Amino acid sequence: MERYYQKEIECAPVEELKAMQNAKLVKQVKHVYEHVPYYRDLMDKKGVKPEDIKSTADIYKLPFISKADLRDAYPYGLLAVPLSECVRIQSTSGTTGRRVVAFYTQHDIDLWEECCARAIVAAGGTKDDVCQVAYGYGLFTGGPGLNGGSHKVGCLTLPMSSGNTERQIQFMRDLGSTILCCTPSYAAYIGETLKDMGLTPNDIKLKAGIFGAEPWTEAMRKDIEASLGIKAYDIYGLTETSGPGVSFECSEQTGMHINEDHFYAEIIDPDTGEVLPEGEKGELVFTSLDKEAFPLLRYRTRDICVLNRKKCSCGRTLIKMSKPMGRSDDMLIIRGVNVFPSQIETVLLEQGYTPNYRIELDRVNNTDTFDVYVEMSQEQFSDTVKDITLKEKELASALKTMLGINPKMHLVAPKTITRSEGKAVRVIDRRKLHD
Amino acid sequence: MKQISIFIENEKGSLAAVTTLLAENGIDLRALSIADTTDYGILRIMADKPEKAHKILTENGYLTKINEVVGVKIADKAGSLAKIINALSDEGIGVEYTYAFTSAKPGEAFMVFRVNDNEKAIAALEKAGIGAVI
Repeated sequence: MERYYQKEIECAPVEELKAMQNAKLVKQVKHVYEHVPYYRDLMDKKGVKPEDIKSTADIYKLPFISKADLRDAYPYGLLAVPLSECVRIQSTSGTTGRRVVAFYTQHDIDLWEECCARAIVAAGGTKDDVCQVAYGYGLFTGGPGLNGGSHKVGCLTLPMSSGNTERQIQFMRDLGSTILCCTPSYAAYIGETLKDMGLTPNDIKLKAGIFGAEPWTEAMRKDIEASLGIKAYDIYGLTETSGPGVSFECSEQTGMHINEDHFYAEIIDPDTGEVLPEGEKGELVFTSLDKEAFPLLRYRTRDICVLNRKKCSCGRTLIKMSKPMGRSDDMLIIRGVNVFPSQIETVLLEQGYTPNYRIELDRVNNTDTFDVYVEMSQEQFSDTVKDITLKEKELASALKTMLGINPKMHLVAPKTITRSEGKAVRVIDRRKLHD
Repeated sequence: MKQISIFIENEKGSLAAVTTLLAENGIDLRALSIADTTDYGILRIMADKPEKAHKILTENGYLTKINEVVGVKIADKAGSLAKIINALSDEGIGVEYTYAFTSAKPGEAFMVFRVNDNEKAIAALEKAGIGAVI
């Protein structure tokens, strides 16, 4: 039987949901206009006043917020409450090295954790479950979000963070974890490690997994489900709007229900910015309807998706989004971490290298491989392997500091990075990320 | 002695391309050694015209370095190499790499040593009664 965390919202009549969204949007636009000079300027430039927004039907009148705005307004420019009202920040990488910092009041944390709680309950979670959170903790939203959601549901929460896989499996066995939350590639890795340790899904008690923060395919879902003996659920979110839990999968596994009481979703044409009708493929745009500290209006996610409100067998009335089918910018998601090629370029230049580089990505045994090739100059070349290896290590470490993940570095000879029509091919992505 | 190091990608034909280029320019190779990794190799050569070889390689876009290494004439008998290495090691001189080559004269062989401090290495060898070839 399908379970709900907040049935009155998750299964509310659509008209009721829409009325709630209208009321919240009007209030939110006023809040932002009054407290965020940066967005007020954008609205003024477009000639829109808060009173022009009477319902979500008017939302097209509002200006978009993009990643570039977050960079320009860093760190406090989009903050809508006094800093003293904030209780937390979370952060993610930005386009050119400057990170995105999102602020939360206690109310914002509560609503975010509620969203995650809905996802956990949709995956079958109850207060009797043992929920192992193997997303990274810290600035990354994965760990804190699911940790909070797990608390709200009343599960026994294991705040494992990611890594140390044998210990993960040991805790899983000793404490009888029933729900696993992590990136899908880490789930696949845990599955493989389980097998390497000579164990089978019968040796653990897991029944469900909530996996997100990176794209994954149906084939990968089947692999994970078989290797861990679970049902695997997708979860979507982004730091800019709160974190994981903006949308989540139900038992039907045919898309993710958007928590519409908190987030209003639109699909736009990424080139013209025009709003597209339901069912058409385009860029997903979110408006935070009731976040206080960092309420982004019409934030362009750059994820390409489709929305649909077909009746779902789970009983939820919340609109569903497809798995993201791609990006409308050059952002890469590597092992769950957002990476922009421009960040790599920034580090190379800082370290005295040429901006002639190539990123090669692949997925081997369901884990992303991340290789960076960089051309060396005459001055950087040394006749000893030791020196070259040391330089590669230094660069990898500088990139790790910037990106949060470790690339495998390869220093190469000049002019070996393929140049096509004068423009270098920066990224070779051999991963199959989308169905 | 001047040694030339050349960075070569680990792909078919790259060693042939370098050696052909040198041959076409009348450079005679006296010794050669390759350090290889999974990604690349470092080709180290002793040539009759090192400056010219360096210039040609650089002009052709190769990552190339010319540096002084220590050459030692080595006798063809047991213990010769050990004596040299011990002389260096006794003075705390680390050897990055070494390789051997024979000269045009029959029975004459040399060792090449890449060390962190050439001056100290030469002094150490002299102290041990082994002459260095510069």
